[in-house]
Amino acid sequence: MRRLVTALTLLLFLALPSSALTASPGILAWGGDTEGGAPYMFQDPRDLERLIGYEVEIVEALAEKMGLKPRFVQNGWDNLIPGLERHLYDVSIDGLEITPEHQDVVDFSMPYYVTHLQIGVRRDNFDIGSLEDCRGRIVGTLKQSYSQYVLETVGDVDIRTYEDEVNAYSDLVNGRLEATLFDAPIALYYGGPMREIKFVGPEIGRIEYGIAVRKGEEELLRTVNRALTELRDSGELRSILERWNLWNSLTARALQDYGPARTEPVMYTRWVADLQPELTWQDRINRYLSFLPTLGRAALTTMKVSLASMTLAIALGLILALLRVFGPKPLSTLSMLYVEIIRGTPVLIQLFFIFYGLPNVGIRLDPFTAGALGLGLNYAAYEAEIYRAGLLSVPKGQMEAALGLGMTRNQALHHVVVPQAVRLVLPPVTNDFISLLKDSSLVSVITLVDLTKAYGQLATTYYDYFGTGLVVAAIYLLLGLPFVRLARWTEAKMALALGLPGKGKKRPSGLDLRLF
Amino acid sequence: MEERSRALITVRDLRKSFDDEEVLAGVSIEISEGDLVSVIGPSGCGKSTFLRCLNGLEILDSGTITIDGVTISRGSPEEKPSRAFMEATHELRKEVGIVFQGFNLFPHKTVLENVMLAPVVVQGARPERAEAEALHLLGKVGLEGYAHRYPVTLSGGQAQRAAIARALAMSPKVMLYDEPTSALDPELVGEVLQVMKDLDGEGMTQVIVTHEMRFAREASDYVVFMDRGEIVEVADGDEMFTAPRNERTRDFLRHLVGVLP
Repeated sequence: MRRLVTALTLLLFLALPSSALTASPGILAWGGDTEGGAPYMFQDPRDLERLIGYEVEIVEALAEKMGLKPRFVQNGWDNLIPGLERHLYDVSIDGLEITPEHQDVVDFSMPYYVTHLQIGVRRDNFDIGSLEDCRGRIVGTLKQSYSQYVLETVGDVDIRTYEDEVNAYSDLVNGRLEATLFDAPIALYYGGPMREIKFVGPEIGRIEYGIAVRKGEEELLRTVNRALTELRDSGELRSILERWNLWNSLTARALQDYGPARTEPVMYTRWVADLQPELTWQDRINRYLSFLPTLGRAALTTMKVSLASMTLAIALGLILALLRVFGPKPLSTLSMLYVEIIRGTPVLIQLFFIFYGLPNVGIRLDPFTAGALGLGLNYAAYEAEIYRAGLLSVPKGQMEAALGLGMTRNQALHHVVVPQAVRLVLPPVTNDFISLLKDSSLVSVITLVDLTKAYGQLATTYYDYFGTGLVVAAIYLLLGLPFVRLARWTEAKMALALGLPGKGKKRPSGLDLRLF
Repeated sequence: MEERSRALITVRDLRKSFDDEEVLAGVSIEISEGDLVSVIGPSGCGKSTFLRCLNGLEILDSGTITIDGVTISRGSPEEKPSRAFMEATHELRKEVGIVFQGFNLFPHKTVLENVMLAPVVVQGARPERAEAEALHLLGKVGLEGYAHRYPVTLSGGQAQRAAIARALAMSPKVMLYDEPTSALDPELVGEVLQVMKDLDGEGMTQVIVTHEMRFAREASDYVVFMDRGEIVEVADGDEMFTAPRNERTRDFLRHLVGVLP
């Protein structure tokens, strides 16, 4: 065990220097969230390896004007601005609204697109025609968005917030919602193609999308603005927006371009065409098969993060438990405090703290290290409690017999007490790994694309939460299966070795240490 | 008793309390090399605590214990055990083997590994040597064929003999037994007692806390009767059981059916 701990510590320290995330010359690193979906940025349904969307086209055109090579960095939409501050990328572009709150923390380029909010209702609904009509109604919108703020100012609206637009529109269709309020591009792409939904009322509010740059990087901001201006003047920007069927009067006014349309909305037509076909079973299966490379990579990330964090949790948990049970008073108290603090705070906050908080004191970890560390430190607290129960259930006579043979306390622990405790706790620890496997989905908040994140990406791309969900669930089951078997096997094996009852079907009653 | 050689164990004014209850109220005794001593007395009389103090599993409150030149000594319970005291305790344990009522074999190791562990870990013996020695000891306690069995598969008598072999592997100067046959079925008691008799024949110094009065009487060089934390009477077996001098001894023995005539 000691060797394992040493190796692990070494591993953690080796990971530190590699975490320096600095801007590379010749590259424009840009942050966005592929789960944001159409038309902003999403995986091309015809080729999942490709990222498409009007924002992607804008970034690519922009980078070319700036003489840089664009490099995409995935991050959750909620964390795009923290990620910018943390130097994960140079700029962020993903429907980021130019609001006073945002401008407090980052600088924005000139707006590259201006849009509004759009109300959607079921086709058979004639009661709602304006924002005021939403009073006393159930209205769905995106969590923490401008539209949520607008609905709140109306007052007396029963607001339901969603993580993504697909579920909101399907809830509108199936009657859980009476109306939806979304940014017009989202409404156009997700509500527009649905026969059951119509858009009503005037344009609401004014939303300006800008490119976010870290405060103080004035040179970069100037270059971005210059490039954007060139894109506007050459008509490239307008052409991109028209291809995606997004050109509108607000943007025309903002960009001072009142000419007639020049480009067909080919990308919108293509999006709608990809949605419409009634898929045969064969098509469906082929589609799910085409997910496999994406899901395979994501599953690997899930597995790697889980294994790394479990190794840490098992080693650190044992140390914590030993200090708690056998250590001198101050260390025992420290160990207890660690367990109580870690168990008493949400793992999500811990992950945020490690990834976005620690850079404030100069510790920058790459996403993988931060994820493995965060989950590992968290699970260590739980493993420590399991070990503690294990250590306490080794009879006192074992320690006495070892001491009576002339062993020191440490020798007795090493050769007699700990090996028995470890055998005793193997089944519950293995069980914990299975729940860690699922908790590892939390690492998507720190830019890792794990299985759950990949699920969101694919589901928004294909508008298919049901089938994709089944495929992803099946993969989680497959990943967990070996460990379920391992848990059963260790349980039976340990029961045999320690002379406990229940070699066969009966569960060894003395082994369910999670009850402690 | 008269042919006493040098005192191997010397205990002076040994005191020990648990919470406010005095369990050992000043025990003094000398035990010579090669003696087989049985300690008897009513339950709660302090005989087990006395034994456990002898190898430092209980830390004495005050008094002095010397075994083969190693001394642990403490003036009062307020005196914090010093580093030197703890080191001496550790030295003492290497000289003294102990066998428990509940065997306390290590369940995750085979019988052979149980016997080999301490020589390898504590004395740094080479595993091959330790194994050969362990097999020899297992032969001596009649467990030749059981080396690779796990403790759970043994009968009580076999387990206790394995525990004795495990203690012997450290080549102790003294063997202590804390009610070694109390957890055994009656028909298995004999095989364990026989091992102790054999060891006596080889000159091993042994102190046995026991309820086996027949064994105490017949096999011991002398018997110690303890009551209420004190040694009340020391006598050879026949004398103790036929003509006890002290009233408390008589009182205790009277309650044991078939011991006193």
